[in-house]
Amino acid sequence: MNRKTNGSRRLLLAGLLAAPLAPAFAQFRVEVSGVGMTQLPIAIAPFRGEAQSPQKISAIVQADLERSGQFRGVDASGAALDETSHPDMAAWRQKGADSLAVGSVTLLADGRFDVRFRLWDAVRGQDLGGQSYAVVAGDLRLAAHRIADYIYQKLTGERGVFSTRIAYITKSGGRYTLWVADSDGENAQAALASSEPIISPAWAPNGRELAYVSFESRKPVVYVQDISTGKRRLIANFRGSNSAPAWAPDGRTLAVTLSRDGGSQLYTISSNGGQPHQLTKNASIDTEPAYSADGQSIYFVSDRGGAPQIYRMANSGGPATRVTFVGDYNVSPAISPDGRWLAYTSRVSGAFKLQVMELTSGNVNSITDTSADEHPSFAPNSRLIIYATRQQGRNVLMTTTLDGKIKARLAGQGGDIQQPSWGPFQKQ
Amino acid sequence: MKRILLAFAVVALMAGCSSGVNLQKAPVDNQSGSTSTQGATSAVAPVNANSSDQNAAGPAGSHVVYFDFDKYIVKPEYQGVIESNADFLKADKARHAVIEGNTDDVGSAEYNLALGQRRSEAVLKALELLGVGDSQLEAISYGKEKPVALGDDPASRAKNRRAVIDYR
Repeated sequence: MNRKTNGSRRLLLAGLLAAPLAPAFAQFRVEVSGVGMTQLPIAIAPFRGEAQSPQKISAIVQADLERSGQFRGVDASGAALDETSHPDMAAWRQKGADSLAVGSVTLLADGRFDVRFRLWDAVRGQDLGGQSYAVVAGDLRLAAHRIADYIYQKLTGERGVFSTRIAYITKSGGRYTLWVADSDGENAQAALASSEPIISPAWAPNGRELAYVSFESRKPVVYVQDISTGKRRLIANFRGSNSAPAWAPDGRTLAVTLSRDGGSQLYTISSNGGQPHQLTKNASIDTEPAYSADGQSIYFVSDRGGAPQIYRMANSGGPATRVTFVGDYNVSPAISPDGRWLAYTSRVSGAFKLQVMELTSGNVNSITDTSADEHPSFAPNSRLIIYATRQQGRNVLMTTTLDGKIKARLAGQGGDIQQPSWGPFQKQ
Repeated sequence: MKRILLAFAVVALMAGCSSGVNLQKAPVDNQSGSTSTQGATSAVAPVNANSSDQNAAGPAGSHVVYFDFDKYIVKPEYQGVIESNADFLKADKARHAVIEGNTDDVGSAEYNLALGQRRSEAVLKALELLGVGDSQLEAISYGKEKPVALGDDPASRAKNRRAVIDYR
């Protein structure tokens, strides 16, 4: 089809997205590359008043939708529309858009901003509804992400992840920082700053807390921290090393790796701390636990067979079944929330490469062309994976569709950026 | 139903701000109470962790044992390091040492933490074999987080594969 070919050609320009909204894009540093199979063409018209507001709502919405891999932006520059307009549907269909989003940003007397939008089905000429939000300046990006979620859900039937958050760690000039940011990497705020390493951030299912390993007491110790208050509690500070926290889906238990009884073995512990319950007891390394989506099993890394592979056992311990059979070094398992996929890192001829396994069939796909991939984490709608890798000599965060076809490099704080964790959907 | 659920989600999220209003309803009313000074919904409270740097002195000579790639065996050439540190600890039972295991930069952070733990425990066992009490020792790991050499060449990696006996 004409429209799709034009879009494919445009998206084939690797590197910076050559979009008509280019000036706005430059500041967001989103680089989307790849060609997806089915992409819905959508025009996001500039919101009336956004040029004078702190955030370019339409640009954030478009970047969100394109990063999902399921949408392709159609040139809407110069359009002067808002949520009260009755757009010329035929004209937009002519431009190749199946859908059109329009809106406005207005400064209110009390200093907040009134953000409104409406979504149009250009093919059927139907009003697909809209919302209005009154927000402080600090929540303008969140309003844009909410709009992107609305559009995504209306047009794909699935829940969008754009207003979720991610956590990641940077190391810069001898300082380590744990950041909480929007799903696009923007709006990063420091949750923990330390002169000693921080690793393994893990979001609680409630989306309000992060578990992590901190070396601030000059040994690895597991904390759980409330993100909005900064209050934190020690979960595991036993003799030796304490690490690799993983939340059970009900949020009441964590699996951790402890060396208190020698070696590195898996334990479960209440999310309020207390006495751990030992799950594995052997001479091998057992670490990097990840709960299955239903909480009944734990996937983990073990070298009990001589080299690190991924295994699965019941959440109460017991015999383990090996899951990875290709390659001699498979680590960092992550399970999709819908239970269908396992993402992990495999060492292939010295390179570290992200793999995605379909759990029912066992089929594995290698989906990147980088060679230092680490620490995959699924988006809560199971449609995207965030991971760390190296590109052009820099450590960066990337998102990818599960087939590897659409990738995006995220904005992030400066310094070595690593260990991303994708937070859950916001609860009501 | 979907619309109501979404509006409710928006209300919950924008707590403290005006709720997401469906465009079919009345326009936004500037209500009492909320002002522009209200903090953003998604604010994060920062925590600063500062570690103290107390390092007690240990014996003269080396505190470091180096390891071959993928190995955690204490090689014979480091037996002297083990002996001098064991002597030091046995001479003063109040002394406490933390053995810090490290790896090179190859592989996942957590798997390397476990590999480093193997190294520190190997040194701990070697010290105990020479009579040092278990209560004077703790084996921990930094994994790949504390390299002393930053290159990814073999020589740098060899410098990072180490266990350090640290007196605290």
